Amino acid sequence: MATTETTRPAATAAVSTRRQSWSTLVRHLALLAGGVVVVLLITGWFDDFANYQLATLGAYICAVAGLTLLTGTSGQISLGHGALMAIGGYTVALLQNQFADHGVTGLWVLPLSLLAGTVATALFGAAFGVAAARLRGPYLAGATLALGVALPSITSHFEVFQGDQGLFVPFDPPPAGLGDDFSLEHWQAWVSLGAALITLFLLANLQSSAVGRHMRAVRDDEIAASLAGLSVPRTQILAFTISSAAAGLGGGVFAFVLQTASPGSFGLVLSLTLLSAVIIGGLGSLTGAVLGSVIVVYLGTWLTDWIDGLGLDAGWAQNLHDHLPNATYGLLLILVMLLLPGGLAGLLRRIPRPRSPRRPRVGRPDPPDQPAAADQPVPPTAPPAPTTPPPGGQA
Amino acid sequence: MTRSLHRRSIIQIGVAVVAAATLVACSSSSSDGTSSTTSAAGTAPAATSPATASTAAAPTSTAGSSDASSPAATSAAPTDNGGATDTGVTADEILLGTTQPLTGPAAPGYSKISAAMNAYFEFANEAGGVNGRKVTLKVVDDGYNPAKTATLTRQLVLQDKVFALVGALGTPTHTAVLDFIKQNKVPDLFVSSGSRSWNQADKYPTTFGWQVDYTVEGKILGDYIKKNFAGKKVCSFGQNDDFGKDGVEGVELTLGAGSLVDKQNYTPTNTNVGPQIGALQAAGCEVVVSFTVPGFTALALGTAAQLKFAPQWVISNVGADIPTLTGFLKEATGPLLEGAVSDNYLPGSADTSNSWIKLFKTVNEKYNDNAPFDGNVVYGMAIAYTTLQVLAAAGPNLTRESVIEAVQKGGYTGPGLVSFRYSATDHSGYAGTQINVVKNGVATPTGPVYTTDDGTAPLTEYTEQQPEAPANGLPE
Amino acid sequence: MNRFLFLTFNGLSFGAVYAAVALSLVIIWRATRVLNFAQGAMAIACAYVAIAVSTATGSYWLGFGAALVAGFVLGIIVERTVFRSADRMPTLNTVVVGVGLLILIEAAVGIFAGAANRDFPAAFSTATIAVGDVPLLSPQNIFTLGSVLVVMLALGALFTWTPTGLRMRAAALAPEVARLLGVKVGRMLTLGWALAGVVGALAAMLVIPTGLGLFPQAMEGVFVLGFTGAIVGGLESPLGAVVGGLVTGVVLSYASGYLGSDLTLVAALVLLLGVLLVRPTGLFSPVPERRV
Repeated sequence: MATTETTRPAATAAVSTRRQSWSTLVRHLALLAGGVVVVLLITGWFDDFANYQLATLGAYICAVAGLTLLTGTSGQISLGHGALMAIGGYTVALLQNQFADHGVTGLWVLPLSLLAGTVATALFGAAFGVAAARLRGPYLAGATLALGVALPSITSHFEVFQGDQGLFVPFDPPPAGLGDDFSLEHWQAWVSLGAALITLFLLANLQSSAVGRHMRAVRDDEIAASLAGLSVPRTQILAFTISSAAAGLGGGVFAFVLQTASPGSFGLVLSLTLLSAVIIGGLGSLTGAVLGSVIVVYLGTWLTDWIDGLGLDAGWAQNLHDHLPNATYGLLLILVMLLLPGGLAGLLRRIPRPRSPRRPRVGRPDPPDQPAAADQPVPPTAPPAPTTPPPGGQA
Repeated sequence: MTRSLHRRSIIQIGVAVVAAATLVACSSSSSDGTSSTTSAAGTAPAATSPATASTAAAPTSTAGSSDASSPAATSAAPTDNGGATDTGVTADEILLGTTQPLTGPAAPGYSKISAAMNAYFEFANEAGGVNGRKVTLKVVDDGYNPAKTATLTRQLVLQDKVFALVGALGTPTHTAVLDFIKQNKVPDLFVSSGSRSWNQADKYPTTFGWQVDYTVEGKILGDYIKKNFAGKKVCSFGQNDDFGKDGVEGVELTLGAGSLVDKQNYTPTNTNVGPQIGALQAAGCEVVVSFTVPGFTALALGTAAQLKFAPQWVISNVGADIPTLTGFLKEATGPLLEGAVSDNYLPGSADTSNSWIKLFKTVNEKYNDNAPFDGNVVYGMAIAYTTLQVLAAAGPNLTRESVIEAVQKGGYTGPGLVSFRYSATDHSGYAGTQINVVKNGVATPTGPVYTTDDGTAPLTEYTEQQPEAPANGLPE
Repeated sequence: MNRFLFLTFNGLSFGAVYAAVALSLVIIWRATRVLNFAQGAMAIACAYVAIAVSTATGSYWLGFGAALVAGFVLGIIVERTVFRSADRMPTLNTVVVGVGLLILIEAAVGIFAGAANRDFPAAFSTATIAVGDVPLLSPQNIFTLGSVLVVMLALGALFTWTPTGLRMRAAALAPEVARLLGVKVGRMLTLGWALAGVVGALAAMLVIPTGLGLFPQAMEGVFVLGFTGAIVGGLESPLGAVVGGLVTGVVLSYASGYLGSDLTLVAALVLLLGVLLVRPTGLFSPVPERRV
């Protein structure tokens, strides 16, 4: 019958979309569970310093995941994510100090502080996002750069932040139930990587959801997206807010791991490091966020260990030790951007995969050969390149 | 489609995670293996010592607390486990660590301190070391960035397993790691800063200052101003952290609260001090007390000269070293500094008649590549000397507890013009300082040596003589 | 009033340096649509060249000249290698490449010259000349303002009145048509980069004597503020760049003088956001029409 014929494609489409979104969620949950197992195994295996490094890695992953969402999926540059981490870090520091001063303890204290840091940064991000919503390309880059550089300096001005010295971050020792030799670094690694896994899980779901599709639509063609009914500013502000929340969580964890929040830890160098991690890992890819964070946290140590082992004469050894890691980062950034725009995640994607025969579904066009989880980085397009002279253009 | 998607994503994410885990695992094993190669003497074969056990095989982690002063180690006599009496100690070697700003805004001048410390330790090692053990100092650069200090200190303690930290430099940088150090019970000897944070014996029992406190210094500088520049308008120019704040507080303790007509601050990241110096000039300041690091002392003096503003400068010893300032101000140093007031608790680097300066200069020529000899070199060698004293006093059965007890015993004399205040309850360091005035380009000591406290106690004259330097340069 | 005048002139002399940096950024942007993040790093490398030449020859001015030549050459090298296909890259990619280049150049300088602070003299006396009893400008300040002004006028004259300038503008605005008319577009773009390199090197020579000496990161702060100035003035207009730089310098000086030295960067941020909220493409840039 006509109605059944015509409604069947729609019904099939609706059912298969729902099935797809359930399977995506299940898949992400499976990955989360797998991640938890891996974390437990690795942290149990590593020694204290290695666990400390893992803990800093976790903080980076939160912030880098947020930045890759903003820059890759939503197409907005941010050179100031270090400042957003600062907001999260200082919020956690202030709250933890308040709790400690009033003698409040308990397992819920730290997660509450981290949550507060996340929310505070999200609010700031929303406000800044509103201000920055009209900015494009280089102007957005400039505004976020100024943010990244200026925000930490506010700490020198207000007494409560204790200026360059920063705030100490007190927290409860690991729960007694874990045993007496459960080291602090092990606990820090758990908290930090736990936060990272939660962030990755939530952002992965976001990227596969309608919101993620809206962001990609706005990134690819603002005008078409707004013609299709999307509110461009709202989508962009939402992306900025979510990305700030992730950065705030990363900053809070960072403060927890370093046990201190000071302006020197959250400067321009951190913002540029986050951007490096995003690019080297692969723009828009959460797997890339993890890989990029691993590179920026560990590459320096590997290089300096290698240099120290070479036995060069003292002057050269010192100079290389101090500067070769940075030189390598810089070179990597350039090479990745010019030769391998998909980053490490793009490299992984080229692993040969079993080719499944296309089975066209009834009434539906071939599904596009793209994973629902947005592992596909597409470099964001700039504002339309001026192949036509700018209006009223003069020299 | 969904299933192949599923499989492909699982594969690639699985590969990514395994790759990441492998990379991470390799990093921990390689860093464990190579970290201790910086020590000059090899690690003793006593594999029972906690210090060497974890460097042998990476994954066999000391998953428990990283504090290695386990009862087994301390109760063993030196010969039982090859002389490895505690973490970082073996039969032949004591491994010390320090975080220093070798690069960054605080580097000018301060980067030379660790080189001088190393030179003095080499000199002592050649003469036999301390109780038969050589002293090795591992220096790491934190660029005056507290985040880097946090990581590097953990590296020194957890990975390199140093016996103690010595002379860690910087107030904001070291404040960041005090709690970590306390948690790991690492002796934190002679922090290179005059902040009062190091003098909290109950809260941080293993941390000790060395340099004279900024408040004490401020009091003594303020006292000189009161006696010599009475009735003049006094202002301050300080770094906007504890260094500046504590110093200004000290000045106000002797001059009286509210006595400063104008107080200006600078932050080390902004080198344009024109507005601040201009403000001091506009306020009509006749005496300016400055708590500045050397680079900013130079900027302040230079900017004031450009503005034709010539107050009486009273400069904290932190930023008053004439050779360092000459590096910035060149030929203008002489005229700009003439008559400037400062203080010092160590003999001046130009005082060649002093036995300690002669000793340090000899060591500098032979072991420090004859580097330019200035206040930073004297500082580094003096800290090294005090370190050798307490290591020797801690005895051949060297443990972390024994060295802390040794410091708290106090009573050490050396190149300092004044005594230390070390005791079970006072971890602060030098008790006072002596004023000097720049005459003909030389900082000439003026008046008596004073000691005082961080509070309202009056200044007391210190009349004991500085001992002569030992002939062989080693503490008895 | 005296204080206000003093702060204004203090701000103008620093503003001139920001204007120079902003100008070099705008030249590159207009020519190749690249935001050259490595401008400050390239400039610092030229300053190291100046020191090397000065020490070798004993003459400050030879070093100065060498720095400008190095800027010219470095601009050519960077454009020909790293930013070859810049016109086909989106903004983010060029920013990232610029950041990578910045990190690489600063690290390379650190490896070969060491990171220790080096002494860096000024060209002229820095003693301020007072007008009445208000200290205003020193000979060095006058040199700074003057040389930036001269450079701006020279570039303006180049672009407006010379055939080369015309070709450069054509290459930037309508490369395809220009090619058809016989303009060597690639060469003109490279020339633009080379000139920007010279201006950047000049900025470094003028500003480094005012700080703590020469070290690899010495131009980072100046670059950020120059960038701010360029954004404030609008990236499409060289005049905007200079005005933006001067405004930035003056606003920062007032902030430091009246509010506190720790609030200068916040003042820059407020200035930037304030201008961009009202005119999202800067003060002097034409506002693009939306084309659907």
